[in-house]
Amino acid sequence: MTVDVQRHRGSKGPLDALSNNLGRYVLVLLGLAVLDALGIWLLYRLLRDGAWPVALPILAILLLINILNLSPKLFPVRWHIPAGAIVILIIIFPMVYTFYSAFTNYSDGHILSKQQAISRLEQDTYLPEGGTTYSWTAYRSPEGEFALWLVGPEGEDYLAMRDSFEDVEPGEGIVGPADEEGIPAEMEGYERLSRVEVIKFLPDLDGVKFGQPPDQVQVVDLNSVAPLVQRYTYDEEQDAVIDQREDMVYYADEEVGFFISEEGEQLQPGYMVWNGLYNFQRLFSSSAFRGPFLRIFAWTIAFAFLSVLTTFALGLLVAIAFNDPLVPGRKIIRSLLLIPYTLPGIIGVLIWRGLLNPHLGVVPLTLENWIGWAPPFYTHPMWAKIGILIINLWLGYPYMMLISSGALQAIPEDIYDAAAVDGANSWQQFWNITLPLLLVSVGPLLIASFVFNFNNFAVIYPFLEGRPPMAGTPTPAGHTDILISYTYRIAFEGGRGSDYAYAAAITIVIFVIVAVLTLIQYQFTRRWEEVSESV
Amino acid sequence: MSKLSDVLTTEAAQQKTKKAKPSPRRRNRRGLILRLLVAVLAIAFALFPIIWIISASFNPTGSLASQKLIPDNASLENYQTLLNDPIHPFLRWVVNSLKVSSITAVLGVISIMLSAYSFSRFRFKGRRQLMLALLLIQVFPTLLMFVAIFYLFQQLGQYIPAMGLNQHAPLVLTYLGTQMGIQIWLMKGFFDSIPRDIDESALVDGASHWQIFWRLIFPLARPMIVIVALLVFIASYQEFVLASVLLKDKSQYTLMVGLYLFVSENFSNNWGVFAAGGLLGALPIVVLYQTLQDQIIGGLTAGAVKG
Repeated sequence: MTVDVQRHRGSKGPLDALSNNLGRYVLVLLGLAVLDALGIWLLYRLLRDGAWPVALPILAILLLINILNLSPKLFPVRWHIPAGAIVILIIIFPMVYTFYSAFTNYSDGHILSKQQAISRLEQDTYLPEGGTTYSWTAYRSPEGEFALWLVGPEGEDYLAMRDSFEDVEPGEGIVGPADEEGIPAEMEGYERLSRVEVIKFLPDLDGVKFGQPPDQVQVVDLNSVAPLVQRYTYDEEQDAVIDQREDMVYYADEEVGFFISEEGEQLQPGYMVWNGLYNFQRLFSSSAFRGPFLRIFAWTIAFAFLSVLTTFALGLLVAIAFNDPLVPGRKIIRSLLLIPYTLPGIIGVLIWRGLLNPHLGVVPLTLENWIGWAPPFYTHPMWAKIGILIINLWLGYPYMMLISSGALQAIPEDIYDAAAVDGANSWQQFWNITLPLLLVSVGPLLIASFVFNFNNFAVIYPFLEGRPPMAGTPTPAGHTDILISYTYRIAFEGGRGSDYAYAAAITIVIFVIVAVLTLIQYQFTRRWEEVSESV
Repeated sequence: MSKLSDVLTTEAAQQKTKKAKPSPRRRNRRGLILRLLVAVLAIAFALFPIIWIISASFNPTGSLASQKLIPDNASLENYQTLLNDPIHPFLRWVVNSLKVSSITAVLGVISIMLSAYSFSRFRFKGRRQLMLALLLIQVFPTLLMFVAIFYLFQQLGQYIPAMGLNQHAPLVLTYLGTQMGIQIWLMKGFFDSIPRDIDESALVDGASHWQIFWRLIFPLARPMIVIVALLVFIASYQEFVLASVLLKDKSQYTLMVGLYLFVSENFSNNWGVFAAGGLLGALPIVVLYQTLQDQIIGGLTAGAVKG
């Protein structure tokens, strides 16, 4: 069906329709104008600060909305604006950015763009020796905010507050009329402090900066307040930051993303720079990094494989047991068995964390009572892994039970009858008929489940946060860590600061593995064909 | 999410064949006993952690060491502590979770419906490619992109405070993005099952597509809309990883992140209170799933079967 775009517009009469459409059109244009104004303002600020990676998706979304709304031909696509905008922002941008940042030094201390780092540095001020000073009077609000009334050497007066520095006269704004010395007697919302009270509050005022750069002042002593001076200035020609106080020059080093002095001193914060394949080199050629990576990789595969195997085996067993109308109370039993599946996963894992607690948990205590020994689920690498597999079995087998009971009932009975005629016993029937037929239909789901478990952070991390720890690794790594939790810890738990770029590099490795697995799965299902048929 | 939909498609197959052939095979008594044995063991395995946590929640001593299946003097003390604990604002977390999940559900359903309607009712250039792209995108778990999502909102927050870290709006957007694709497919399948004659005749009568969408399709699709909304709600309510990446302050936590706090801080002493909180937090979801089990499955199979 081709849609005639003109046909579905309003319809009472041609004039009605025209005015209707005109009104709507104007509304749409107005809406777009407002949205564009906001969007362009945001884009301008992002680009000014050099945060162009974030500007790109915003620009894309803005263009999408404008084009789709202005072109009548694209009316059918207009319906995808909300979903499209979200997908661009939450899926496509992060995907692209993950790939990009894996080739940078994005990490703690290198979060900002160069421009952002420079403007952060330019905010820094210091108290110069000598120079003008003001005498001051303090006012304090009930919330503990201070305001200062300053009088300069030539008698000029200013009002300095936390975020502002203004040239005002007594009687203006919140400032009350002046007393005989020319200082405001009162100020709205603030109480004037006497000399004695000021001494009491002096510690609170120490080091507090009033106003915004470049008009910023700081209390020096009881009698004077001095203007602060911008400490760092950026010199475009030398591509360097100059420290006015120490009289030093820090040159931009695009290799490491720092401003560095000739003595090798680095200025904080650094900024983000492209650093090529460095992260991947670390991953693949530095043995300190490669060691834990390979061990974690192996456990990730083992964990995913064993999880699928155990959950499927148990799920299938239970499904076979219940795939029989003679079993009484099947519906209730199914509901009970589904409880682990319906419980929010994280809560399930946390419950198990308590049950397996080596000193206090029910499982170790009971075993201790019965056989005098309990496995150290928290501290021994192998037992921690077994613990995780038990937990994941508990969480996952109801799902396997559901899918295999569905698939079991789809196997025609005649095949079994024929097999029985040929003299196959039930064990042979299971291995030669049930399992192969079952695997055909649930095979793709098993691969999907493997991929899911490959990244099953929500089981690994809440149980032991990856513990027990591996010894002597440059980034935090544990024996139960899988790749995704290892990545998470590098990004958010690094002892020496977060290393987002290295985490992104590992993420790319995971991407590749997941992509290959999924490709295999699609080969299996021929889902693409299904898709093209049904579209 | 995709896991659930997989269940549902095989359930659909199951329902089809169930009607086709109900021929029971011969069973012997020994087989039945074996089956019942499996049943008992499986149920014991499924329920023993649950029973234990219920018991712990009523155990007033509240620490992991003093656990007994039937506590000596059962009381509601843990529940009282839970609701009045200033360090762990449980009710605040519940409110945060409900807020985030329901906003996600409402916004999600709206955008899902719009897209699904277009895919179902229009034929335009690039339609197939868009639908395929939607599936393809789902291949990569959003979880893998948490570093980039963290960066995105860390940057946006510098210009729009409400879109920054530690805010709920980014969490809602993230949840929408992760769940959208598969739900659009489901919804589109359901819309396809609504006969096109209805809207064709409305079109002839001069109705606009907006009118058809709101007056015709929306009421007809209401059961499916409720189900999609519930699925989105449940998935958002349960999510833990992205919430813990994006939220920093205790007062902003969602329930799952908050419950994890009990455990990561001082597990053995918080055990009883955690048990109470975990049960209360899980209850709505378990009840939803269990009571709506058939409707959710029924509604989705209706949607999945092409009309």
